Amino acid sequence: MNPNIVEIDNLSFGYKGRLLHKGINMVFPRGKVVAIMGGSGSGKTTLLRLIGGQIKPSKGEVRVDGEVVHQQDRDGIYKLRRKMGMLFQHGALFTDLSVFDNVAFPMRELTDLPESMIRDLVLMKLNAVGLRGAYHLTPPELSGGMARRVALARAVALDPNIIMYDEPFAGLDPISMGVICDLIRSLNDALGATSIIVSHDVKETFLIADYVYFVADGEVVAEGTPHDLMQSTLPFVHQFVHGEKDGPVPFHYPAANYQAELLGQNSAKHSQAKPGLTKNSQAK
Amino acid sequence: MDRTTIDLWVGIFVALGVAALLGLAMKVGNLTSSKIGPTYSVSAAFENVGSLKPNAPVKSAGVVVGRVDSIVFDAKKYEALVTIKIDKRYAFPKDTFANIYTAGLLGEQYVGLEAGGEDDALKNGDKISQTQDAIVLEKMISQFLFSKASESKSDNKDADTASKSADTKPTGAKSTELGDAPF
Amino acid sequence: MIKSKLLNSLTRTLRGIGSRMTERVWRLGAGARLFFLTLVYSGESFKRFHLTLREIYFTGVMSLLIIVVSAFFVGMVLALQGYNTLQKYGSSEAIGVLVALSLVRELGPVVTALLFAGRAGTAITAEIGLMKTTEQLSAMEMMAVNPIARVIAPRFWAGVISMPILATLFSMVGILGGYIVAVPLIGVDDGAFWSQMQANVDFRLDIVNGLIKSIVFGVACTMIALFEGFDAPPTAEGVSRATTRTVVISSLTVLALDFVLTSFMLVI
Repeated sequence: MNPNIVEIDNLSFGYKGRLLHKGINMVFPRGKVVAIMGGSGSGKTTLLRLIGGQIKPSKGEVRVDGEVVHQQDRDGIYKLRRKMGMLFQHGALFTDLSVFDNVAFPMRELTDLPESMIRDLVLMKLNAVGLRGAYHLTPPELSGGMARRVALARAVALDPNIIMYDEPFAGLDPISMGVICDLIRSLNDALGATSIIVSHDVKETFLIADYVYFVADGEVVAEGTPHDLMQSTLPFVHQFVHGEKDGPVPFHYPAANYQAELLGQNSAKHSQAKPGLTKNSQAK
Repeated sequence: MDRTTIDLWVGIFVALGVAALLGLAMKVGNLTSSKIGPTYSVSAAFENVGSLKPNAPVKSAGVVVGRVDSIVFDAKKYEALVTIKIDKRYAFPKDTFANIYTAGLLGEQYVGLEAGGEDDALKNGDKISQTQDAIVLEKMISQFLFSKASESKSDNKDADTASKSADTKPTGAKSTELGDAPF
Repeated sequence: MIKSKLLNSLTRTLRGIGSRMTERVWRLGAGARLFFLTLVYSGESFKRFHLTLREIYFTGVMSLLIIVVSAFFVGMVLALQGYNTLQKYGSSEAIGVLVALSLVRELGPVVTALLFAGRAGTAITAEIGLMKTTEQLSAMEMMAVNPIARVIAPRFWAGVISMPILATLFSMVGILGGYIVAVPLIGVDDGAFWSQMQANVDFRLDIVNGLIKSIVFGVACTMIALFEGFDAPPTAEGVSRATTRTVVISSLTVLALDFVLTSFMLVI
């Protein structure tokens, strides 16, 4: 059996000529927690969507369990997706269903289990995330951390082989963050699954990840165990891991010379460069 | 929302819809009156059917006894051949008279049957021989105007002839006329 | 100089028209595609009909009140106005016919569709748009559940089933409203009111045609609402604009379709 459940091979993806990913290679070994890290807008979430087959790569391929995702037809992709569970950034709970029905949703839709068994399974999953007592609530009644835990219970409802987490720590208080952190690790080990975490929260991710990929400018710039990366002398990794303001990722968006701009030496040129102004002057 | 409650409400909703449709069909529409059971058809030729339409009522003594089935043009006799369906419960003598009447001054047209005195009854496929055409309003008006016009013309003619005869009358008469004058 | 400016503004205008046109055509195509997919995956959703029943509850049953109340008032106004005019020609008995024919042929289907677009259509668009914004549709996809079969198709069929029922109720309640004004209040003869109506309202040509209209409006209104929601940009602003568009496009489509259908029906 292939030791890697997901393999990304020389993957490129982009919209309208602008490449978001340029030849990415990654492997995700079975049973491990692997993190993909990078700044906002570096296309981390898009990688998850490529693995899930929601979008097609421009070049290269993603293999899940040995099968190339983008070559599958609809049924093939749905079959692959049954091996996956995904936790969306804001939970993406179905707002018209109760907590219980949310967790029961994949079981009811995809299996023919009797209702009594579904009930037991749902309560087990909810118990695992500590929310068995909240089964009757509706999503608007949940706090952010609770919603994320319910979504996690739903993501693992069918005991997937691959669990993907899209920014699981974003916008949570420290307690909820710790809870989610523990849950990801313990669920991964209990289910014998592979977890893929997309995040930019260094502390929490490094705590639970076995292996980390750093993505910047559409390329993998660094990879290794959290321990190695903490010691890394690569400027980008160093800046990211230690949260420094300036470094290879500059603080300033590329701009004209500050002093020159303030003194108004080339203000005429500047106003022409502004699209809004040109439009107005043309309209006149 | 509980599933059984939803089912109940949807059931009520659909039942209301069906009831409303039945209400429309029975109370508002002509579904009840157009159901006239088994029928037999007879035909009648008219020189002019006016604005009679298929499905128009066939009445006898003011009661609907059938419906107009079809109206076709007979190219040989230049007549309109009207087929009507009459309820099997009603038998009409062979010499029944078929008229085309208008309900009110501007209402729709219908076929009126006036029973004759013969013993034999009309059978399926028979033809009613005695018919009276629809009254076409324009025709009536133009006839009326024409007759009025000719009346007044003949009046004028009378006057002319009268004056002519007066001219040709002997002068004596003229003098009498003059003599009739006040002075 | 002036010439080139003129040319510039002219090409800009033309470009604007062109891009709007392509956008419209593109949306029409995308809508047609969604409609087709909805029909294809309807079978899957019919297997679990309680989903559709649930949507009938939300679109149909929840619209009952507004439909019944407006129908009642529309019927009453029709009777009042109709009496006012008919009385001048001495044919106030025809008021039943007037009320019934206007409701069954036109007002029932059309006003119901307009109210439906405002009440149920906007709710559908907002709901689907919000589901998209909060990644619920994406989540469903990732769970290997087809959102068109699970979310779109049940709502579509619920709309198509609800609309004729609502339109029929509208006509019936409207006629009752007209009856109440005409007979007890104005004093038109009770028998004449109903018998004239029965003599002039044809089941096939008036009632069934009205039903056909309302089914077509049901397909159009529901599909527009679903497409606008499905196609809405995943932002709060995008969803609110989509909701507005649902009302505008549905209303115009219903009125235009009404003309087309009526002209076909009168020819036959």
